[in-house]
Formats: sequence, structure tokens, C-alpha cells
Amino acid sequence: MSEMTKIVKTTANILFPFSLLFGLYVIAHGHLTPGGGFQGGAIVASGCVLLLVAYGSGWVFNRIKKNHLVTFESIGAIGFITVALLGLIFSTVFFGNFLAGSDTLFGTTPATGSTQADFNTGGILPLMNFAVGIKVIAGLFVIVLVMAYASSRKEENQ
Amino acid sequence: MEKRTVAAVLAFTIVVVFFLFSMVLIHPFGEPRQVQMDDYIITNTQNETGTNNGVTSVVFDYRGFDTLGEATILFSAVAGVLMIFRRVKQ
Repeated sequence: MSEMTKIVKTTANILFPFSLLFGLYVIAHGHLTPGGGFQGGAIVASGCVLLLVAYGSGWVFNRIKKNHLVTFESIGAIGFITVALLGLIFSTVFFGNFLAGSDTLFGTTPATGSTQADFNTGGILPLMNFAVGIKVIAGLFVIVLVMAYASSRKEENQ
Repeated sequence: MEKRTVAAVLAFTIVVVFFLFSMVLIHPFGEPRQVQMDDYIITNTQNETGTNNGVTSVVFDYRGFDTLGEATILFSAVAGVLMIFRRVKQ
């Protein structure tokens, strides 16, 4: 993909921070509102793909290192498994929710029924949302980035 | 008629018949046959997982292994793309 006109670049400049903010909001509030790690990560990754379309894959490929994205993807996967294994240690089972109701980090228990949203609830669910969010952002973006860069190099060689 | 046309018409008819049967026999919206698990999750999700969002509690807590498999699929997709589009010495 080569770079596009100034109009597209300016529109992407304006829209990119908003898509980033909205995606991070969906990830962070995954245990309160619709959405979660996968959905918010897909929003942030599509915001990054907007930059890729506007500025061309070579421009992005020179600035964002592919190996850093792969490292972030692995960090997300390792964090997810680590939280699940901590459930095996501090609770009884794999994926056990050991933080719920413990009155520490994310440990408040909401009252039963229709209650006001409290960010400090959910136990391990917010941690897992963050881990999956990092994983999906890096994973989806590195897939699109590598495929776009490979196709642009193929066009150059022909 | 050609053989392929006959096969296509036959397949289309079978699919349409099954769709019509499923349209007639489907149970009404909002009245599931098995409600025990739904009732359990709706009643206990706030006490057991401490979250107001029942869907997220199912995805990340009650059905955590499903999400683990989903994450594995994404990981293998990334590994496969990076392997196919790697730089090859010419």
C-alpha cells in the first residue's frame, strides 16, 4: 500500500486518537459495559490500520518494529495464562476468581440486583480483559501490517 | 438437463426444506427450553464473580477455557502469518 492524499492523511490524523480512546475505554470497562478485551482490541487495531491505509505500509513498517508487536502479543498471552494459573494457586481451580470478594484490587462485591456501576469490581475479569486487549491489539495489527508490507514489496519488485 | 444442474436443484431443495422445518419448529424468542443454567448465572454472577456484566463473567470466568482457546487461535494465526511472510534469502 502506498501513501494516500493529504485529505485522507488529515482525516486519519483526526480520527486516530478517538478510535484509540474508544477502544481503550471498551477494554478498561469490559466488566461493566458491553464489550471487552477482544472487541476493544479490535477497535484499537482498526484505528492503527487506518493509519496504515493513510500513510502507507512502508512508513508504518519503518516506525513500528514488528518484533515489538510480537513481544506485546506474547506478553498478553503469558499474562492471561498467569492470571489463570494464579487462580489454581490462590483458589481451587484453573481460572478460579480469587480476587472477587477479597476487598483488595478489584475486590468489591456489588449488591445483588440492578446496581450502580463500580469500577473496582470483578476480581480477575479486568486483569484478563487487559491481557486479552494487549494481545488482540498487537496480534491483529501485526497480521495486517506484515501482509500489507509484503504485498507492497511485491508490487515494487514487479 | 445436465447432471450438475440436477445436483444443484436437489441441494437447494433440501436446504430450503430444512430451513422451512426449522422456521416452523423453532421455539419462541426469549423462552429457552433449558433454563437451569441461565437462572443460576443470572442469580449468582454478582456474588460469585463480583461483576455486574453477566456476559463478561461467562466469557472470562465460567467459560474461561473457551477464551483460552480463542486466544490460542489468535496466537497461531499470528505465528502462521509471520511464517508465511518471512524474508527469504534470494
